[in-house]
Amino acid sequence: MIPQTFDYTAPATLDQALALIAQGAKPLAGGMSLIPMMKLRLAAPEHLVDIGRLKELNYIREDAGALHLGAGCTHYEVETSPLLRGKCPLLSETAAHIGDVQVRNMGTIGGSIAHADPSADYPAALQALEAKIVLRGAQSQRTVAASAFFLDTFATALEPGEIVSEIIVPVEEAGAGASYQKMAQPASGFAIVGVAARLRRSGGKIAMARIGVTGLAGRSFRATAAEKALENTAGSAAEIQAAAALVAQGVEANSDLHASAEYRKHLAAVYAGRALFAALARTA
Amino acid sequence: MATTITRPKTLIGKAIRRREDPRLITGTATYVEDIKMPGMHYAVVVRSPHAAAKIRSIDTSKAAARPGVVAIFTGQDVSKVGPVPCGASLPGLRVPNHTILATDRVYYAGHPVAVVVATDRYIAADAADDVEVDWEVLKAVADPLKALEPGAPAVHPQWPDNKAFDFHQEHGDIDKAFAEADVIVKQRILSQRLIPTPMETRGVVAEWRAADRALNLYSSTQIPHLLRSMVAQMLGLEENRLRVVAPEVGGGFGCKLNVYAEEALMGFVAMKINKPVKWIETRRENYLTTIHGRGHVDDYELSAKRDGTITGIKLRIIQDLGAYHQLLTPAIPTLSVLMMPGLYKTQNIFADIVGVFTNCVPTDAYRGAGRPEATHGIERMVDILAAELKMDPAEIRLKNFVQPNEFPFPTATGLIYDSGDYAAPLKKALDIAEYEKLRREQSESRKQGRLMGIGMSAYGEICAFGPSPATPAGGWESATVKIEPSGKVTVLTGTSPHGQGEETTFAQIAADELGVDIDDVLVVHGDTALVQYGIGTFGSRATAVGGTAVYFALQDLKAKIKKFGAMLLNSDDVTLANGQCIDNKTGASKSVQEIAAASYRAMQLPPNTEPGMVSTHFWEPPNFTFPFGAHLVVTEVDRDTGAVKVVRYIAVDDCGNILNPLIVTGQVHGGVAQGIGQALYEQAVYDEAGQLITGELMDYAVPKAHMLPWIESDHTVTPTPVNPLGVKGVGEAGTIGCSPAVVNSVVDALSPLGVKHIDMPMTPEKIWKLIRSAQ
Ligand SMILES: Cc1cc2nc3c(=O)[nH]c(=O)nc-3n(C[C@H](O)[C@H](O)[C@H](O)COP(=O)(O)OP(=O)(O)OC[C@H]3O[C@@H](n4cnc5c(N)ncnc54)[C@H](O)[C@@H]3O)c2cc1C
Repeated sequence: MIPQTFDYTAPATLDQALALIAQGAKPLAGGMSLIPMMKLRLAAPEHLVDIGRLKELNYIREDAGALHLGAGCTHYEVETSPLLRGKCPLLSETAAHIGDVQVRNMGTIGGSIAHADPSADYPAALQALEAKIVLRGAQSQRTVAASAFFLDTFATALEPGEIVSEIIVPVEEAGAGASYQKMAQPASGFAIVGVAARLRRSGGKIAMARIGVTGLAGRSFRATAAEKALENTAGSAAEIQAAAALVAQGVEANSDLHASAEYRKHLAAVYAGRALFAALARTA
Repeated sequence: MATTITRPKTLIGKAIRRREDPRLITGTATYVEDIKMPGMHYAVVVRSPHAAAKIRSIDTSKAAARPGVVAIFTGQDVSKVGPVPCGASLPGLRVPNHTILATDRVYYAGHPVAVVVATDRYIAADAADDVEVDWEVLKAVADPLKALEPGAPAVHPQWPDNKAFDFHQEHGDIDKAFAEADVIVKQRILSQRLIPTPMETRGVVAEWRAADRALNLYSSTQIPHLLRSMVAQMLGLEENRLRVVAPEVGGGFGCKLNVYAEEALMGFVAMKINKPVKWIETRRENYLTTIHGRGHVDDYELSAKRDGTITGIKLRIIQDLGAYHQLLTPAIPTLSVLMMPGLYKTQNIFADIVGVFTNCVPTDAYRGAGRPEATHGIERMVDILAAELKMDPAEIRLKNFVQPNEFPFPTATGLIYDSGDYAAPLKKALDIAEYEKLRREQSESRKQGRLMGIGMSAYGEICAFGPSPATPAGGWESATVKIEPSGKVTVLTGTSPHGQGEETTFAQIAADELGVDIDDVLVVHGDTALVQYGIGTFGSRATAVGGTAVYFALQDLKAKIKKFGAMLLNSDDVTLANGQCIDNKTGASKSVQEIAAASYRAMQLPPNTEPGMVSTHFWEPPNFTFPFGAHLVVTEVDRDTGAVKVVRYIAVDDCGNILNPLIVTGQVHGGVAQGIGQALYEQAVYDEAGQLITGELMDYAVPKAHMLPWIESDHTVTPTPVNPLGVKGVGEAGTIGCSPAVVNSVVDALSPLGVKHIDMPMTPEKIWKLIRSAQ
């Protein structure tokens, strides 16, 4: 519980922060994952750059049919933003599942996805939303799809010197419904399995299905086989169950003290079914 | 001069808010970590990463070279410090030499090996990482059943069978009971290892005052006086030169009813470096090195008649002791044997305990200490018997209870149950639940394929430890009550409250007895320099034993007040009431305050009476007390995931007279939370190599508020004749009554699938597997 020595800088601008990060300093956002790791001496960064206070990273705005979130938005801000609740409720719903009030007040969406805990909640929603993630370095900026961002346990597409600066999610179209369903690990509150589902109905058929899964494997992913199975069906209970059963198919599942691989796969199907039913009920 | 009396007639029985809470909820209380002293140094303990290893050598040179490092001590340096004491004695008990730092070998992951002392805690922590130990890693054994197998790694090489003791107790004619039984039921029942997890970890500040040859030791402990006696002995220091202070203690649950290596070690360090030193346990250290609880494998057999009469109980306990005996380690399972008949009449019992060493941190007292295991066992077995006989679980309990006219009731295990009406709380719980309606609801829900369960437990417990012959260090408690010259009342209790609320309840007793305002009463505890010798707070004893000591000290004072009052009023017939000493003939009166002032001024003294207004009382209880109650739990199991939802929780507890219902309910709530923790969530898991897998709050699932049900708490009141307050104790009741009721409820939910028993914790995956294998 006693970290090693480190330097701490709280720069006033994003450019200053990026310059320090380019020199090897480590970004500190909400500190909800980084500080515990430092206290346990699992991480020992020499220099922390506090990006959690940068106004430049703290915004939620609509632009050209998409919603742009600064990486510095706290889980609480994502949870309660009227704009998100109205236009991308899945993200707010997911944020509400994270940790407890204190964690949601401190932790940031950028920090969560950069950390890439395989049991974190956001990745399921971001996969289902086909979110885009903007990565910035001192001299660079690029945008990657969520499906290309999460690589493995604690591994992302971030290159040294880059930070997550923005998350872009779509404005939900009329007729869409979404839901995030999760079994929480009883000690940590993280997802043993979490499934985000988005559905759009049109003409009595499911026109679009997106399913994002977290907790099940080393990385979050989109369950495309299940999506395909569902699209163009009427979305009957049997069709939903059949699609949900595909979510874990062929996945090499995690196994730990709290859930074996076999149980996780079973849960993935159960929670996919629950998320799909809830999403369907929310479609207009 | 009569004055108007405005205070309420009596405070006893009133829901007075806890007087300790404002400082706790405003964050202004002083815990060990809050103590700062000029020149204070910080210690970090170097611990073994291995569960079993030989120490070939320790190289401290790199650590010592770090600027700011003041001293490093290893096992060799502390060889003159006495061993960590075990206060329990059993015939033939094998007691390993428990030095405060390992010397040539370590026995569990977390075993202290060295201590690094530096000018600040960051330097100390960095330097601790620099200490290099050359290990020869040995095979470890963490599972008590495996430890008993031939050829298992020997925890202590001198005892290759890994047995610390065998204990046997029997009564009546068990063979006859079993030979003549209509039915015999058997079950292996586990009470898993648990980690007590107080919010405040342990911590010690030691200050050596060389000029006075005096050591001040601030420790997060439940037993300041016992700690003083034992640490003084370990350090070879005269007892009256050691002062132990338990400042604010952020929870103990039994894990601070102990003497730990670090307590003596910090005393040693302070004396060596001649500077104050602070050590604060990290959460990881707390999980690795502070005692765990439970750790039972229990094999039960019950014999019974067809009508449900229980005729005999056989029990074999395998107790996972861990690597050492801490203060009471081997005694805990003997309490399970004492409680094994539960509330039932049977006089035929047969019990064996095997105490097993494992390469794990020692087990010891954790909320309930031996009684939850016993209650869990007997209450599971009674349900199993009821299922076998197709009887209602309430009916079979009512049939076997000791009856109200049978008290004092001698049990098969040698206890004398003090008082009780065991059917009363069960019937009350059934009424609150509307039991018959609930059963109808259940059969309806079953028709819909739902898994709804109704479970109950009827528990008894041993509290108010206890008569001295039955308690290792003496079972009495002490109190001093002083009325200061200004009339303010100071109560010094030998108990050491750390969340139980005695600063409030003892003030209620004193205010009532003396007829003074509760705000005029201050309850002081936890400082051996201020308070006369005492035993401490554990085993639901503080109010029943310590409160009674306060009560008797108050009776002495009242007699003295009356003597002074009579003198001052020039009367030979006075009454003390509502804070006034009244001349029964004239109606003239003197207040307690006036009388106290006169007793110190001492212009005149009553015959054979000393000045001052102080009384000390040591009270030896004639017996334990035996609270009881019934918990009833409704659960619903999610067929798809195996998750258990507690739908209703009804707790009807009988703790004798209730001094403060707010505090009693709070104790029940906390106890139930820990019981639900055991039933559904918590388990300390070691892997094959003896590594603690649940070494963090990220993996050890203490229930949070949102994981707990609404608790419907109610009471019946059966005063105990053991003490004049009629109080029994309630600190552990919730935990003891809880786990069997929850498990019985879930087993009941799954009974249509043929499930007969489930071990704790009832994790969703475990339940899901049961459901799946039934399909
Ligand atoms: C008690 C507790 C419970 C929790 N429960 C949950 C839960 O149920 N579900 C869940 O999903 N999470 C949970 N979390 C984790 C929480 O969501 C964290 O907030 C999140 O994982 C990290 O975000 P942060 O802003 O705190 O990042 P930090 O801890 O500051 O940083 C985390 C890592 O990301 C890096 N980083 C931070 N920001 C950026 C950026 N913009 N670009 C690049 N790298 C960056 C840091 O250098 C560090 O390596 C819990 C945490 C705690 C302490």
